[in-house]
This record gives sequence, C-alpha cells and structure tokens, in this order.
Amino acid sequence: MKKDVIEASHAIAEAVKLVKPGVVAAYPITPQTHIVERISEFVANGELKSEYIRVESEFSAISACLGASATGVRTYTSTSAQGLALMFEILYIVAGMRLPVCMTVANRAMSAPINIWNDHQDSIGVRDCGWIQFYAETAQEAFDLTIMQYKISEDKRVLTPSMVCIDGFTLSHLYEPVAMPSEEEIDAFLPEYTPYHAVLDPEEPLTLGPIGFPSHYMELKKTQVDAIDNSINVIKEVFHEFSKKFKVEIPGNRPENYDVIESYKLDDAEIAFVALGSICGTIKEFVDDLRKSDEKVGLLKVICYRPFPMEDILNSLKNIEKIIVLEKTVSPGAEPPLYTELRSLFYEALEKPEIRGFIVGLGGKDVNFEKIKKIYDMVKKGKGKKVEWVF
Amino acid sequence: MINFESLKLKVNEKEVTIGAILKSDGSTAKLKTGSWRVRRPVFNFEKCVGCGTCWVFCPEGCIKKREDGKFEPDYDYCKGCGICSEECPVKAIEMVMEER
Repeated sequence: MKKDVIEASHAIAEAVKLVKPGVVAAYPITPQTHIVERISEFVANGELKSEYIRVESEFSAISACLGASATGVRTYTSTSAQGLALMFEILYIVAGMRLPVCMTVANRAMSAPINIWNDHQDSIGVRDCGWIQFYAETAQEAFDLTIMQYKISEDKRVLTPSMVCIDGFTLSHLYEPVAMPSEEEIDAFLPEYTPYHAVLDPEEPLTLGPIGFPSHYMELKKTQVDAIDNSINVIKEVFHEFSKKFKVEIPGNRPENYDVIESYKLDDAEIAFVALGSICGTIKEFVDDLRKSDEKVGLLKVICYRPFPMEDILNSLKNIEKIIVLEKTVSPGAEPPLYTELRSLFYEALEKPEIRGFIVGLGGKDVNFEKIKKIYDMVKKGKGKKVEWVF
Repeated sequence: MINFESLKLKVNEKEVTIGAILKSDGSTAKLKTGSWRVRRPVFNFEKCVGCGTCWVFCPEGCIKKREDGKFEPDYDYCKGCGICSEECPVKAIEMVMEER
C-alpha cells in the first residue's frame, strides 16, 4: 500500500495503470485533461502497456473503446460536458451491446454559455443511456471506484458499462492523501479480463450489433434493463469485498464499508441532506457543526446513482421529517431530477417527509457553508418554495 | 472460447442473447444488396491495367480479381456507389444507368 498526497485526476490515472486496460482512447477536454495526460505519460514511458489511441474527437474515443471492447479487451476513456454529449449516441450502443467499457466523467457544465466549471448537467443528462453511474466525494473514492467499476462492469451478471463521475476542478484538481494498493494486491482483486460474450475469434466468428426488429427489440431491451437493475447486488458484493480487502488507511477519506449510499449521522436525524459528489464533504462539515449545538441533522450521499438504490434510500430516510435535496442539475421545464426521483420514492410511504429541492452550484458557482446554512434555515423555518435556486 | 448456449435468455417466450450477439454464419452474404443499385459500373477490360485500385477502394469488398489479373465487380452485391469509377487511374470503369 502506497500513500501519497496526489491530485484526484492523477489518482485515477494511477488506478487505470493498475487495472491495465488493453486500449485507452481519449480526447482531451477540460477538466478531464490531467487524467488522460498522465495516462499517456505512463504509456509513453512504458509503465502501462496499453494501446493508447489519440483520436480526433470524443465520438471516436468512445467508438474506439466500443470496437476494442467488442474484441474482448479491457478499455478506458474519460471526458467532460460537451465531450460526453458528443459520445451520446455511442453510449447507448455500448450499453445495448453489453460491453463493459469504463470511463471517468470529470463533471462540467454544459454550454451555452460556455463554461468549464463544475455541475452535474453532463452526466445526469446521460443517465438513461444504460450506464452504471457512481459519484465520488474524495480523491480516495475516485481511485477506489475506478478499480471497482471494472470488477462490476465485467461481471457476467452485469456486463454493463460504467462511469465514475468526479466534480470538475473541485475534485479533479484537488490534492488529497490517497492510499493506493500495490499492483499485486489489485491483480488479486481484479484478475485479467476474460470476455464472456463478446470476443474477436476467427475460429468462431460472432455477429455483434445486429438489427433488432420490432419482434425482438423490446425483449432485448428488457434483458439489458434487468441486468442494470440486478447489478445493485453485484455492486454491493464488490464494494464489500473491496472494503474488506483494503481497509481505511487515511481516516475520513472514504467510507469504512463502501455501499451504494453513505448514511452520515442519519440514525437519529430529523432533517437530512441528500446530495451527490464532492459537495458532500462540505455538508458533512456543516452537519458536524450543527451537531455540536444538538441539531438532529445528517446526510445521505448517493454514491451509486444508476442503478438508483431505491430501497437503500427509503430505509435510511424512513424516520426523517424533512429532506433537503441539493442538486447541481436542472431539468428545464420540470423539477430537477434527483428531487423528482426522491419524491417519487416516497409516494407510497405511509409517513411522507417534507421534501425540498435546491438548485445550487451551476457552472461552478461555489457552494459554501453560508449557502448551506441559508438553505437549512429556510427548510427549518418552512420558508421558500418547493424548489428554490440558491445563487 | 465463448459458450454461446450460456448467452441465451428467454423473454416474452422469445429466445434472445446477451447483447443481441449471434453466431455468425455469413448471414451478410445472403443479403444481395445489388438490387439497391441505381447505376452500374461497367468495366472496360481493354483499358483495365489490373492495378487493383478499384479492389482497394470498393467499400463493399465486392470486386474480385480475375484469372487474367484484371478486376471485375460482383453485381449481386455492388450497390453502385461509383467509387471504383472515380478512383480508376485509366478511366476503365463507366457508370451506366440501371434499367430494369
């Protein structure tokens, strides 16, 4: 186990080096750049023996990963915002062909106006493509999830691509202490990729990506949706195995036992924050402060957003009176996505909590203590609308 | 290497496979795409020098080498795109309107 103070992007590059993908195809875009630059250095100096394809666009990056994965090798790519949008068409195809492509999304606001800073519009915008989505709070989680996503995606019960989402700049460019297992330890946890369904073998040729007529399309879609629905058990299994094998080395930089959600001081809480990503670090500090003055408040961090861990969320929020959803995404013309999904979850609950939505941090606007306190006070005093923008 | 039987699933009483993967039995060859053609390439073997440029450029892979070293199209599959005619350095391929 190596410990280092390292940029989250570089920690992800280290993780990619350890999982040894056969093919890496990427196109640089801020704020993802540090990840793929570091990986290209590893390949250039011989530390990582991957085929690194310098493509001319994100459309080609994901297409190259699709093609490579279809021949039966492990693949990696990474992107942000407009780059992810350019991949949109192929994201569906990778998922439909059940290819275990893995990527990192350094979350960035969608243009226009052009903006390189963080929010979650890009990855939430592709939530229905059929990819598993994880959101990391810290550099350690970004590293760990990058290792774990391969084991999950490649599991024959899952065979579904996955993306680990990290907040652009606020996490991607953040230096934090990270514990990194050795190559031998990772090899033991994540063996070499053995393709289960898609491989290029001239002796036994297969047809991949055929037309699905109306007679079979819906049936095939059902098998794909079943796989991501059922993947939640495999995710828990892999998270559990990882947490057992690799204990916390640096206190507070990751959950002791990874799960699809992290419940932070929720046991006796009356008010709960719900959020994704690096903002959870700030909320935890805020919760700790409030706890000193005996406020019963906690946080539910959604680590796995797709599949959406409905039962886990319902269970850990069952005694909560007020839920505050902090969201860095909008759905123009409707209520924001995470808020909507939370409300839908509680539709059949006997005890319905009050659920309030807050749109924060779009396009890199800082979400600090002051704003979180303002939101908390509004909810406590019952002020404001169902969904509020906090600038 | 792949256990094809293990990829089979049943949904709505229909057999499907993971990722819609099929055992390849050369099914593409059964689909004769030549009927899509609007113009057909007509090769002039007097002019043809057998350089193989048409064979390299044909996106359908339906140009074959003849015993005399010259090249000819397979009209069962040729979609009539005209790339061979465009690329031929000695202008030996003429695109002629299909009339049925």
